[in-house]
Amino acid sequence: MSSFKRDKKEEEDGGGNPFQNIEKTTVLQEARVFNDTTVNPRKCTHILTKLLYLLNQGEQLGTKEATDAFFAMTKLFQSRDVILRRMVYLGIKELSSIADDVIIVTSSLTKDMTGKEDLYRAAAIRALCSITDATMLQTIERYMKQAIVDRNSAVSSAALVSSLHLTKLAPEVVKRWVNEAQEAVNSDNIMVQYHALGLLYHIRKTDRLAVTKLVAKLTRISLKSPYAVCMLIRIAAKLLDEEDTGADSPLADFIESCLRHKSEMVVYEAAHAIVNLRRTTSRELAPAISVLQLFCGSPKPTLRFAAVRTLNQVAISHPAAVTACNLDLENLITDSNRSIATLAITTLLKTGAESSVDRLMKQIATFVSEISDEFKVVVVQAIRALALKFPRKHSVLMNFLSAMLRDEGGLEYKASIADTIITIIEDNPEAKEAGLAHLCEFIEDCEHTSLAVRILHLLGKEGPRTKQPSRCIRFIYNRVILENPTVRAAAVSAMAQFGATCPDLLENIQVLLARCQMDSDDEVRDRATYYSSILGQQDKGLYNNYILETLQVSIPALERSLKDYALNPGDSPFDMKSVPIAVIPTREEAEDKHKADGMIISSGPPKPPTVSREESFAEKLGHLPGVADLGPLFKSSEVVELTESETEYFVRCIKHCFTNHVVLQFDCLNTLSDQLLEDVRVQLDPSEGYTVLREIACPKLPYNETGSAYVVLQFPENDLPNSVGTFGAVLKFIVKDCDPNTGLPDTDEGYDDEYMLEDLEITLGDQIQKINKVNWGAAWDEAVATCVEMEDTYSLSSMSTLEEAVKNIVQFLGLQPAERTDKVPEGKTTHTLLLAGMFRGGIDILVRAKLALADGVTMQLTVRSTDGDVAELITSTVG
Amino acid sequence: MGVLFSYFKSLLGAREMRILILGLDGAGKTTILYRLQVGEVVTTIPTIGFNVEQVQYKNLNFQVWDLGGQTSIRPYWRCYYSNTDAIIYVVDSADKERMGISKDELFHMLREEELGDAILVVLANKQDIPGCMSLKEVHQALGLEALKNRTFQIFKTSATKGEGLDMAMEWLANALKNKK
Repeated sequence: MSSFKRDKKEEEDGGGNPFQNIEKTTVLQEARVFNDTTVNPRKCTHILTKLLYLLNQGEQLGTKEATDAFFAMTKLFQSRDVILRRMVYLGIKELSSIADDVIIVTSSLTKDMTGKEDLYRAAAIRALCSITDATMLQTIERYMKQAIVDRNSAVSSAALVSSLHLTKLAPEVVKRWVNEAQEAVNSDNIMVQYHALGLLYHIRKTDRLAVTKLVAKLTRISLKSPYAVCMLIRIAAKLLDEEDTGADSPLADFIESCLRHKSEMVVYEAAHAIVNLRRTTSRELAPAISVLQLFCGSPKPTLRFAAVRTLNQVAISHPAAVTACNLDLENLITDSNRSIATLAITTLLKTGAESSVDRLMKQIATFVSEISDEFKVVVVQAIRALALKFPRKHSVLMNFLSAMLRDEGGLEYKASIADTIITIIEDNPEAKEAGLAHLCEFIEDCEHTSLAVRILHLLGKEGPRTKQPSRCIRFIYNRVILENPTVRAAAVSAMAQFGATCPDLLENIQVLLARCQMDSDDEVRDRATYYSSILGQQDKGLYNNYILETLQVSIPALERSLKDYALNPGDSPFDMKSVPIAVIPTREEAEDKHKADGMIISSGPPKPPTVSREESFAEKLGHLPGVADLGPLFKSSEVVELTESETEYFVRCIKHCFTNHVVLQFDCLNTLSDQLLEDVRVQLDPSEGYTVLREIACPKLPYNETGSAYVVLQFPENDLPNSVGTFGAVLKFIVKDCDPNTGLPDTDEGYDDEYMLEDLEITLGDQIQKINKVNWGAAWDEAVATCVEMEDTYSLSSMSTLEEAVKNIVQFLGLQPAERTDKVPEGKTTHTLLLAGMFRGGIDILVRAKLALADGVTMQLTVRSTDGDVAELITSTVG
Repeated sequence: MGVLFSYFKSLLGAREMRILILGLDGAGKTTILYRLQVGEVVTTIPTIGFNVEQVQYKNLNFQVWDLGGQTSIRPYWRCYYSNTDAIIYVVDSADKERMGISKDELFHMLREEELGDAILVVLANKQDIPGCMSLKEVHQALGLEALKNRTFQIFKTSATKGEGLDMAMEWLANALKNKK
């Protein structure tokens, strides 16, 4: 009675949780009651509950504390109170990973799991499997096997799921239970069947053939459990994706047949599997989509959500199929469940027509403030896709985005909006002014430093070229007055860009920079002083090199080079040219980064920047004899395959270009299990002018291992035209037959053998590193004075579109497109492609390609380079 | 009130007596436990940890703990010493080689303060095996003559045949009654 009163009072206090104020030490103290000769089950149950509550709240127990509590708990086995015993099982499971010597309860649990009390058995199995180790498992193996095939479904399920967990501990032991699991698959109980299939698949999943057999067998008999069927669909879909079989595979038939299953869960799983298969044709897709369409109209919110989410995910890969559901999706945009409505609208945005954009945006605006950040990001991504698809709609979308920017939201959400605005600006010149204005406004009230810095950088780059650059400056200078040092420093850099680009603003900028030199922060002052003195020189060349163009070298490499220089200062000043150039990520890599977006599944934290390929290669090559003297590594080519991938010896080549040398790295894989290769080397037949300086063999190449052989060559001296050439190559080695099992050679004597490789080409692109010129025009004008110009006209008859021509030219020359000229506006018949790069030895190259589309593509190529030979080489090889 | 309560309690057979069955592995502890509880021979496997059962003998309630005898388990015996009324120490009479180890474990255990008041029953088990040591030989081999200040008795038993257990329990029940 009194406790009832107390409870009631607590309720009135608003704290309904009876465990609110418990403390670890008190509970552990209370747990000593377990050691009493006679056990009070009610009291002990309550104490155990408190202990479990603490553990589940994240309270940490020390090993000693946990072990004491655990041994005290073992005394409770004397009580026959069912509830208390089941609490003890839970306690054992919780403490099993913290306490020592937990195997002490093995016998007691074994007895409970085989005993007559059904309430004990399943829970005892779970507890037992949590305390057991690999050696102990052998002793309970017999009982586990029996439990798996037990008639009691709870016992069987518990044993199956516990076995699944045990595969991490002792996979070999659990593998022996496969017959029992097989028998359990035939169980009438839906859970047992599901769990048994799970275990069977887990045991066999590394053996493709066994999995195929398992699936083939189970697809023929009809499984009773819908859960098991769902699992089977997933396994079958995985097999289908891995295999190269076409649509007529029995697995595909099985999945298709599941669309007519009586359970909605199975039907959905099958539809989900079909639309997500990599090779789904529209014929197979149609029934799956109509199932999802049906679900969109279901009275059950879970089904509607599942269907619309799946449609949303595949809207990009199968737009036509999803369009068929547009009418149903339209009905869902007013769904009372916000998640369903958001997904419906974003799906429509992805697939819809231009005319419906305004209406959909209005609809989404009505509830965008009510949905979580996660879904807002989905909306933003849909808008990004939409803006790229319908450039003319930019003003509606941009206004919407800016409204979203003003709302509350986390960094991820804000960053995705800013990203989208930046993408739209880059893609659509018409949207630039408006977009920049929105961003200017946004940084007025942006709490995320990283985002503010990014936007300031963008304003510095793009702002000077707007109609009214002075408008931006006000916003930027406001940051200098109001923000933290990081943002202030970024703002100073941005202002300097304006000063360098707009001569009529220079005077004002100088005044502002002078004020910044009084800043309290070192970095801000340093930058202001630096920019102020360069701008004071009034020299275009200086502007270009020190303000507009950022450092092209790889920052980690620069740091390392400077460190080396500081440790061993030579007589000569530090040479910037000796630092490797930063590699510009290719378009595909950049796109890959975006590909993961668009799903609701948020990706993990951003990965730390990795060292560039060049740097890791430079480090590896530096250990080879003679390579260290060649100077810094200039460029490493993409991997070139010199054999088919399925051959006996698989050889790939990477071309490392140095100032006057090229190092060829041959990565060889031995795929013959009965051969040990020794002294593996590549013999080259170099083209004219090249000299082979050194061959470095791979001493030993066992089965299934990759080893590298190297060849160091010198470029033809004073003969640039010949630096582009084709080499014949032969792989030479000593074969020793060996025992496939041990890998040990049968005899010490081997025999010489060789293997023809495909010809290897050294191309122009191998010798050119991409350079990103922000202000290509300024560099081009400046180059008139210092460079040699070559010009030629070509007819590229094999190209049928300008896009194709641009792509091929960029790839062939290995230069970096500047000012986004690699994108050809639609419907144009002429285009100018601007390229920049550096030839080995630090020779700058600028290329302008004027393209015109007639019958094929005509190209006028103008090359400006500090070295005439290089310019000539480019014009001559293009032909 | 208190007097009345204790009167009822004694009517109900008083509190449970706590008994530990100890001994080396394979001595027959688990077989004895279940012989006492259900009166049958059950098939056993080496005990990893312990078994605990309620045993009734002549109106007396025992709570019997059978602790595993393997070398790796013996260190945990001491976790179960507190509040123990009696110890049944089981010896395999046919295992002459390990009699010394058995003796060491016995005396090591008896030195524990928590077991100061506990009554000791030594069972020279497996008397059915031909060529086993006699009661006297076991008594000598365990050095029981050195035990002072402790109520103890040694019995010869065969758990599988059920011989000798009754006598031992009879003695133990009386000793426990007298102790109070």
